[in-house]
Amino acid sequence: METIIRTDGRKFDETRPIVAEVGVLKNADGSAMFKLGNTTAIAGVFGPRKVYPKHEEEAERAILRTKYNMAPFATSERNRPGTNRRSTEISLVTRQALTPLIFLDEFPKTAIDVHIEVLQADASTRCVGINAAVLALADAGVPMKDLVASCSAGKVGDAVVLDIAGKEDTEGELDLPIAYYPKKKHITLLQMDGITDGKEVKEIIKLAVKGCEKIYEEQKRALRNKYKLEGAD
Amino acid sequence: MERKLVIPGDFLGDGRAGHGAYEEDGKSFSSCIGLTEEKNGLFFVIPLSGIYSPKRGDGVIGKIQDIAFSRWIVDVNSPYEAVLSLADASDEFIDLTKSDLTKYFNYGDLIFAEILSVSKTKNVQLSMRNRKCRKLRGGRLIKVTPAKVPRIIGKAGSMVEMIKEMTNTQIVVGQNGIVWVKGDHEDIAMDIITVIERKSHVHGLTDQVKVILEEKMKNAPKVERRQDDEEEEPEPQEEDEFRP
Repeated sequence: METIIRTDGRKFDETRPIVAEVGVLKNADGSAMFKLGNTTAIAGVFGPRKVYPKHEEEAERAILRTKYNMAPFATSERNRPGTNRRSTEISLVTRQALTPLIFLDEFPKTAIDVHIEVLQADASTRCVGINAAVLALADAGVPMKDLVASCSAGKVGDAVVLDIAGKEDTEGELDLPIAYYPKKKHITLLQMDGITDGKEVKEIIKLAVKGCEKIYEEQKRALRNKYKLEGAD
Repeated sequence: MERKLVIPGDFLGDGRAGHGAYEEDGKSFSSCIGLTEEKNGLFFVIPLSGIYSPKRGDGVIGKIQDIAFSRWIVDVNSPYEAVLSLADASDEFIDLTKSDLTKYFNYGDLIFAEILSVSKTKNVQLSMRNRKCRKLRGGRLIKVTPAKVPRIIGKAGSMVEMIKEMTNTQIVVGQNGIVWVKGDHEDIAMDIITVIERKSHVHGLTDQVKVILEEKMKNAPKVERRQDDEEEEPEPQEEDEFRP
């Protein structure tokens, strides 16, 4: 199993090249860009700010609003712009993946808005979106317990592989994205598209966690890079 | 003392967690990006980014947003709006049946006020009772990151004093990250403040800023005093930046 080589020449437990950059948008309170191979997402965070419409306001905590959007040019075939069933679902799971991390009760009666824009899609867009969103939240100074890292793993043919990409996504057997909260070793997002048995699922999750740990290190480095100079105080 | 850069989730030490940190099983972790400090077993983090959260005793610059029956609603560059009650605004007796509140503070007016209290539900009350509190007439505003306000003020006000003296301006720094500048070389003073914000991490910043300031002042045009400048009310002489 260790000897398999994938369509893009990676080993079974290797992620695509990671690029992370913090502070890419001028007008957002916090922003970040995250790239995993060809999949690229930017995230912008606004707030904590006043809640409109007013009825969404909560007296004792901030509300977290997430919006995932894929650009029409992100895929090889143009996709219809605007919200659809898929983006609504991903917005929801992103919010659920991020909520356990954030101290929402520190800013009552406010809203924290997270906007995720996928510029180029080549599988695992929700993972890349979450990774960008976490960095943007930290950049905006939103208090949180830890960073969360997200990565996918799956099954192509009979092989269990990390970070599904390109053909592996369209022709593979199974895709399983997770979001992982490394300090507590909690999983805050788990979805699966495909059929397998319990034993194999555990194996796939273990592999995905390994990928998340690598991404977590990259995220921390990107964050420190932006604020390094200020730390030289 | 060397201060370390931390990001959310970083371990700070065994002990109680203060501002910008949280506690779990007797251990303290950072909850934001910032510089860590420890004071008798209490770990806290000075954040490097984030919005302004009102604190009691802060001197802030605000803009009158709305006028209610006997109070002003003030925007203080924060998600929470502040309230200035009539009783905290003035010592004189104001008869509400006879006078119009816009006579004192009108819509859009700028004020420098002190935060009297912040409730748990984030109701913010302002006061003008401190003698440094006043209405700001004319001048220009700059927004900076609230975390960088201490650098603009400098040690015991050294930085802002120097800028004021060299550019012949009045400067008021609000803890909420709003800086008000008025005087002869407003533009130069504003440039310098943006430089300080960008370079806030540099050691010995005051000296470096002094060099830049001297250079800029050399090329600055002479200011001719216009007649109407003299007519303005005399401004108080004490230092303008507010420290509780």
